[in-house]
Amino acid sequence: MSDRPVIEIKDLKVYFYVKAGTVKAVDGVNLTLDPGVKMGLVGESGSGKSTMALALMRMVRPPATIEGQMFLDGVDLLTLKEEEMRRVRLSEIAMIPQGAMNSLNPVMRIRDQILDGLQDHGVRMSRADADKRITELLEIVELPKKVLRMYPHELSGGMKQRVCVAIAISMRPKVLIADEPTSALDVVIQRQVMETITRLVNTLKLSMILIGHDMGLMAQSVDRIAVMYPGKLMELGDTRDMFAEPLHPYTQALINSLPVLGKRGVFNGIPGIPPSVINPGPGCPFYDRCPKVIEGLCVKKMPPFREIKPRRFVACHLYEGVN
Amino acid sequence: MRANYVIRRVFFLIMVIWTAATINFILPRLTGRDPIKEQLTQQIASAGRKAEDAEQMWRKYNELFGLDKPLWQQYVTYISHVARLDFGYSINSYPRTVMDIIISRGRLTLPFVSVAIIIAFVGGILLGALLGWNKSPKWLSTIVVPPLMVLSSVPQFLVALVLIYFVAFRWKLFPLGDPYPKTMVEDWSSLKFIGQYAYHAVLPILSIVLVELSGWALGMRAMMVTVEGEDYAVFAEAKGLKNGRIFYRYLMRNALLPSLTGLALRLGFIITGASVTETFFNYAGIGSTLGAAISNFDYFLLYGIVIIMVMSIAFATFIMDMIYPLLDPRIAYRGQRG
Repeated sequence: MSDRPVIEIKDLKVYFYVKAGTVKAVDGVNLTLDPGVKMGLVGESGSGKSTMALALMRMVRPPATIEGQMFLDGVDLLTLKEEEMRRVRLSEIAMIPQGAMNSLNPVMRIRDQILDGLQDHGVRMSRADADKRITELLEIVELPKKVLRMYPHELSGGMKQRVCVAIAISMRPKVLIADEPTSALDVVIQRQVMETITRLVNTLKLSMILIGHDMGLMAQSVDRIAVMYPGKLMELGDTRDMFAEPLHPYTQALINSLPVLGKRGVFNGIPGIPPSVINPGPGCPFYDRCPKVIEGLCVKKMPPFREIKPRRFVACHLYEGVN
Repeated sequence: MRANYVIRRVFFLIMVIWTAATINFILPRLTGRDPIKEQLTQQIASAGRKAEDAEQMWRKYNELFGLDKPLWQQYVTYISHVARLDFGYSINSYPRTVMDIIISRGRLTLPFVSVAIIIAFVGGILLGALLGWNKSPKWLSTIVVPPLMVLSSVPQFLVALVLIYFVAFRWKLFPLGDPYPKTMVEDWSSLKFIGQYAYHAVLPILSIVLVELSGWALGMRAMMVTVEGEDYAVFAEAKGLKNGRIFYRYLMRNALLPSLTGLALRLGFIITGASVTETFFNYAGIGSTLGAAISNFDYFLLYGIVIIMVMSIAFATFIMDMIYPLLDPRIAYRGQRG
């Protein structure tokens, strides 16, 4: 496996031009994902993590605009023609959707919904071969063969999400983008589905971007964590390091807010609400909630996103002098 | 499971028709009016006949129509007649039976109205789907939507009048009215007659299509926008499917379902729903016959048409109930789960 990152995002901007002003949903994000790595992208609601997922699939719709560069294996996805991008979807970069309950077409059999993705990427095969291949895919995600002939409404939420996983890996993509794949499921099913996804990513040697807001789930599932705060990347590092020593005050607050087994008392929330992404100010978006805010500096200037130790990036004025 | 569903629907169908027939039987009897007496009085007054034998004639007619029998017996006879589609004689054109009138008039109405409904539906659905699709060019909506809005809010008779005045009267492209030339005899085995019928039907069909197509198109457009927001539409795009497949199999297929119910109801009114068009284009069809039956107090003809109307709506709904599970797999099971 080459050392070249499978995904390299440079200064990615997704702006929505609306009447009230410019919504900077993703504002200058830099990120690299190495082959075979599972990366978690965490943030609160509205922090732009789902927009990131859509941007990676190049599926943001007008009035949104994408700028910057997004390399998938050295190819800038933003320069591809629409038809070329369509072919990249599923075959090279696939998505496991967020709304498990409603992500399958209610009027098509599961078989046909798995098959049409293959067909539209040039896979031609006989009926019998198609059935065989689809049965194999269903087996991989631990679903019985009979699911093939069923309709989505005959399946439970967990089963539906497994079908979506089967579809996502059906073309052996390089990258899997899982946008809160378990948020619509109860905790028991959540764990089972997550285990299936992790097992598949490991055995098929895929890279994955797992989007979510659950730091606990991330700690169990991913190698690296990227923390987003409205529109911006705050911190990036290996999961262990991140939990051992969170650098950014926002990451610290996030980890502090996790419940600890056996500990009683009040949960540590993060006071305040995230800022509006409509016409954001020039400073750090977290300044007004930050316990370690540097008066006069944070409000005016956004700190650069820098590598302050090997494989460890942070955007905070507190670490300006370090390194 | 399937058989159970069908049986339930058939039972439903029979109940609906029976209930409607019963109401049809009771309602006029509650008004306290006597159609035969009224008819006779009118005829006597207009013909200047002597009133002495009126009482005798009234009794004779009541006997003839079975109106002298007790109510329950009348009801039983009535229901058994309805079951055989026998609605008796028309009061106004006495020797002809109601069914005979309905068939001879319906023959003129049914072909052009059904063609109009189908053209309007298919055209409207396709147009609406294109208008609602986010991959369609913007100019399509800019050009097409305003005229659709206007057409959908203009009453049908106005469209008919405009067509008659410009297309038929000024430009003389199509005949002014009548289902076929007055010089011709109705003969459905002759191609020449059918050709003339089609030629005469162009404007009536157009007047229906213009109005109804805009309704279907605007409804479909709204449904498309809703379906496009569904998770499965987003996932379909993430699957890298071709645009055509997403459009037909994912978006249109789902957006179509509510319109199909609307189509079933519309088809139910196929016989009577064209009375405006028939009046303006001077068709002696079922629609205008219904109007005439009302103003002439031709009760038996009126009953007949109303029952046929109810039956066609019930049948259209029944057929849609049969087809719907094939189109939407979620339906068939709903009954089982309660």
